[in-house]
Amino acid sequence: MIEPELIEKINRVLAEEFEVDPAIIKPDAMLMDTLDLDSLDLVDMVVLIEHNFGFTVKAKDFAEIKTFMDFYQFINSRMDGSK
Amino acid sequence: MEDFIHRNMKRVVITGMGIYSCIGQDLDTVRDSLMSGRSGIIADPLREEMGFRSFLTGSLPEPNLSNMLDRRKRLCMSQEAGYAYLATSWAMEQAKIDSDFLAKNEVGILYGNDSSALAVIEGVDILREKKNTTLIGSGSVFQSMNSSVTMNLSVIFKLKGINLTIAGACASGSHAIGMGFMMIQSGLQDCIVCGGAQEVNPYAVGSFDGLSAFSMKNTSPKEASRPFDADRDGLVPSGGAATLILESYDSAVKRGAPIFAEIKSYGFSSNGDHISVPNVDGPKRSILMAINNSDVALDQITYVNAHATSTPVGDYNEAMAISEVFGDYKPYVGSTKSMTGHEMWMAGASEVIYSVLMMQNSFIAPTINFEKPDEASSKLNINNQCVRLPFDTCLSNSFGFGGTNSTLIIKKL
Repeated sequence: MIEPELIEKINRVLAEEFEVDPAIIKPDAMLMDTLDLDSLDLVDMVVLIEHNFGFTVKAKDFAEIKTFMDFYQFINSRMDGSK
Repeated sequence: MEDFIHRNMKRVVITGMGIYSCIGQDLDTVRDSLMSGRSGIIADPLREEMGFRSFLTGSLPEPNLSNMLDRRKRLCMSQEAGYAYLATSWAMEQAKIDSDFLAKNEVGILYGNDSSALAVIEGVDILREKKNTTLIGSGSVFQSMNSSVTMNLSVIFKLKGINLTIAGACASGSHAIGMGFMMIQSGLQDCIVCGGAQEVNPYAVGSFDGLSAFSMKNTSPKEASRPFDADRDGLVPSGGAATLILESYDSAVKRGAPIFAEIKSYGFSSNGDHISVPNVDGPKRSILMAINNSDVALDQITYVNAHATSTPVGDYNEAMAISEVFGDYKPYVGSTKSMTGHEMWMAGASEVIYSVLMMQNSFIAPTINFEKPDEASSKLNINNQCVRLPFDTCLSNSFGFGGTNSTLIIKKL
């Protein structure tokens, strides 16, 4: 179970960092395409997660993430793991 | 053979100018500041807090580029690249260069820059705190390199010609114009974006402050930069960016571009001497090379925009070099650094713009705060009030650490 507040926070920080309209962020949309990310942006994704969610990941950890839902679950599981 | 080479040399003209400086962020404001002798210097409380000897700096607003460039482009730009982007956009607009022209022609960029300290230090601070290189972020490397300006602007404007940063200390901007001049003169390029940029923040000049090179007149910022004056006590660091569009005369005429001035000559030399203390011989050879390589007679040069930064030894030796070269002929000599402070890597480019503005508007800017000459400056004709005078030819000096010297001769068209 992912708390709605966490999803809301993830959507907000992604929209702010990558300068997109929050309305285009939907659970089943493709993360990389929707946010127009390239390999450099994944570096900033690592920074964004550390700043906003308090844990450090590696860019290669994003390999299995396709949709925003995958991303929510990734963040949620890592946050649960750190509790 | 020499005649053949000279006959086939192309004339090089200035078709656009843009500037982001502490005395104005558009050409009209800069012109008015130069005419009225307005200083752009302040005392910065942060420098006092950080333990600087001198709190003085040129003051200019941070540009807001969020409505002009996307996130990726902004993220890769250093502070000085931001200044240079604006200066270059305005210069291109004045030169009537649009994206269609850039797509169809091999336009180059040669820009002077010799540090990007703010970006380097911010990146290292993160590394030391987090012990994780990825957390420095994706933009830092592109902000941190000396080529930050040229790598960013060449991508933003989609430039396809020469793409190179000139790092020649405080003569960087002047050498960039000189190199651009030679490339166009020889026919290798038709149009090059030339200029100089200088970051403005305490980190960029902390170690320089430690050398006791800066003025200590902390309570009187507007009077601190006083080139050639007997009571000068050091330079005032400053910065921003200045861009000139250099183009072959033929190309400018062909496309109906405005032509403001012609670069007549570029002289250069190295002192081969001390790392920080300038001498007389090096600058003198640079000035003589520029004069001897041009078709301009000594007495056609009405104004010399001196390097003169307000340091005791530097100004003295430059005054000696100028007086030895010009002899009995006394052109007006001035230092716009009295108003701008020392714009360092930018200075050689901005001072060509200042000089062209003076020629366009028939005046010679005052060297403000020049009140009492010393033994060397008493040999020169230095005006401390604005002089209204039509003229068409000037010479601009720029010198830097390591004894690098550059001289440009410019003629209004």
